[in-house]
Amino acid sequence: MTMNAASPSISAKPVAASGLSLGSLLRRPEAGAFLGLMAVMIFFAVFGGITFLQPAGMSSWLNVAANLGIIAIPVGLLMIAGELDISVGAMVPFGAMTVAVISGHYGMSIWLGIAVTLAFGLIVGLINGYLVIKTAVPSLIVTLGTLFAVQGIVLGLTVLITKSTSVALTVEGPAKAIFGDFLFGGQLQVMVIWWLVLTAAYVFFVHLSPKGNWLFAMGGDKVSARNAGIPTDRVTILLFVLSSTSAAFVGMCQAILYNSAQVAGGQSFIFNSIISVVVGGVLLTGGFGSVIGIFFGTITFAIVNQGIYYTDFDRNWSSLIIGVLLLGAVLMNNTFRKMALSYSPKKGAK
Amino acid sequence: MAAPILALRGVNKSFGPIDVLHDITLEVRPGEVLCLLGDNGAGKSTLIKIMSGVHQPSSGKIELDGAEVSFPTPRAAQDAGISTVHQFGGTFPLMSIGRSFFVGVEPTKGWGPFKVYDRRTANAVAVKAVQEMGITRITDGDRLVGGLSGGERQSLAIARAVHFGARVLILDEPTAALGVKQATHVLRIVNEAKKRGLAVIFITHQVMHAMAVGDHFAVLIRGAVAADFKKGEKTREEITDLMAGGASMASLEAEIEGYMASHGGHPPPPAA
Ligand SMILES: Nc1ncnc2c1ncn2[C@@H]1O[C@H](COP(=O)(O)OP(=O)(O)OP(=O)(O)O)[C@@H](O)[C@H]1O
Ligand SMILES: [Mg+2]
Repeated sequence: MTMNAASPSISAKPVAASGLSLGSLLRRPEAGAFLGLMAVMIFFAVFGGITFLQPAGMSSWLNVAANLGIIAIPVGLLMIAGELDISVGAMVPFGAMTVAVISGHYGMSIWLGIAVTLAFGLIVGLINGYLVIKTAVPSLIVTLGTLFAVQGIVLGLTVLITKSTSVALTVEGPAKAIFGDFLFGGQLQVMVIWWLVLTAAYVFFVHLSPKGNWLFAMGGDKVSARNAGIPTDRVTILLFVLSSTSAAFVGMCQAILYNSAQVAGGQSFIFNSIISVVVGGVLLTGGFGSVIGIFFGTITFAIVNQGIYYTDFDRNWSSLIIGVLLLGAVLMNNTFRKMALSYSPKKGAK
Repeated sequence: MAAPILALRGVNKSFGPIDVLHDITLEVRPGEVLCLLGDNGAGKSTLIKIMSGVHQPSSGKIELDGAEVSFPTPRAAQDAGISTVHQFGGTFPLMSIGRSFFVGVEPTKGWGPFKVYDRRTANAVAVKAVQEMGITRITDGDRLVGGLSGGERQSLAIARAVHFGARVLILDEPTAALGVKQATHVLRIVNEAKKRGLAVIFITHQVMHAMAVGDHFAVLIRGAVAADFKKGEKTREEITDLMAGGASMASLEAEIEGYMASHGGHPPPPAA
């Protein structure tokens, strides 16, 4: 592609001081998420004392955030690109059960269990992605279908193979240390490391590498994105593979950590990941958002989810707080997005 | 006369049971502006979508430099040097001007696997390109596209196509949303592209714009090429008639004027 790029003789003023002014920070997609995070931190510090910021308290919400965050980021990227994946709710128990049946029930190598689990994640992602691009049925409906289908497979096959709905699994050695252990013999799960490393990788690919631009274009206007030469089908499939493989990965790590897998559970990841993503400033209809915002949104959710135990409130109130938080965050994000849209540099200086 | 860069030979296109294009044969040559004229729904946009890889012909051939090719994706057409501004869309409301301009062809800096998007270059190039289209109010490539007016967005899309158009530039009703000044800029840019040796395909409903830049005119009526002629071979009235799908606009206008003259300046009542 010919690109007579970087001709320095720009007649316009070069990008006017777009540094770190308060205004430019507020126009970023993660601004609302950051303020929301501050708000819940202060709320729980006041009502719960600061125990939840001490190591024991911190590991409780960091663990929740890590398990959720690894799923929330790819779900958020799908949302940025204009799609939704709710089948993650079935992929978590599917991942847990696959590794438990192969390496626990049948007693085969844990590495084989891990490989097959991730391969199943990949296959379900391919099916989701392929159905979405070929049928043009909204991805909410397609993944609702695979959600139930996969739930049925997990329950049916597990009972058929093991005559039980819960399967034990004992893992030792490096696989345990890498995927399902506590750090330094404490309460912090190794998952937190995975989460931080994956978040850093996603930040790089989405916001720094050139191809991250494609997601935003696809969510903004899929037809124009394709017309501009973006392989939209391939990117869509890749994103679905990422989300379902990530969910299978989280289920697998939980089974290795807790030495057992259950057929149920996992549905909470559907709503919780969507809440984290939307609180994190991603626009539900696509085209706008950031990985850092999702990261903040996930921590905010985890703090509310766990922080309630450090207060005198009954834990049932945490749903109320999450509901209010969600609405507040969405309103705030809307305001900031409007600010970003109407922003133009100051007139005056020619 | 130069050999054609791009040619369609006997192209048909149907969407399921609906036949949209019939046996289209057309050529575009370097340094020449082909004006594609025709009524709403005549098939103009469908025709250029076949040239830009959005649709595949149902039958018939596409030739590039005399050799048969196919453009399975818009990317394939772009890689052959064909750059298109479609009738609708082309920009992304929640993206910055710089990012929107470079969608799919992002400039990078850095090295190896750590190549990163070069925001500064993207913004500078995009701002310069839209300013050359006569939109001098845009000075900051970080502004979001959704904050621009419709015409400014259209100018941004055209600036993008002109920037990346290596051999063939296709503009589908580029002047539709533009003010007089910006439309003039677009016509000037079409002439410049032509002088640089690009082939330009220009779709418009405005006879004045067509007459101002066209070297060669093709009129589509219900999906078939109804007329194909060179500049100077037809009068403005004849072109107007053809653009209206063959109905005699000129005589209709004369009729209305005659009616108004004989009825004290009142237009005729709407037909029953
Ligand atoms: N994807 C499609 N599926 C079915 N029919 C289509 C499709 N695209 C276009 N058509 C039909 O093809 C015909 C020609 O459409 P096209 O958009 O090419 O017209 P046009 O000449 O560009 O009109 P206008 O001047 O209004 O832009 C129309 O009747 C339209 O309904
Ligand atoms: Mg059209």
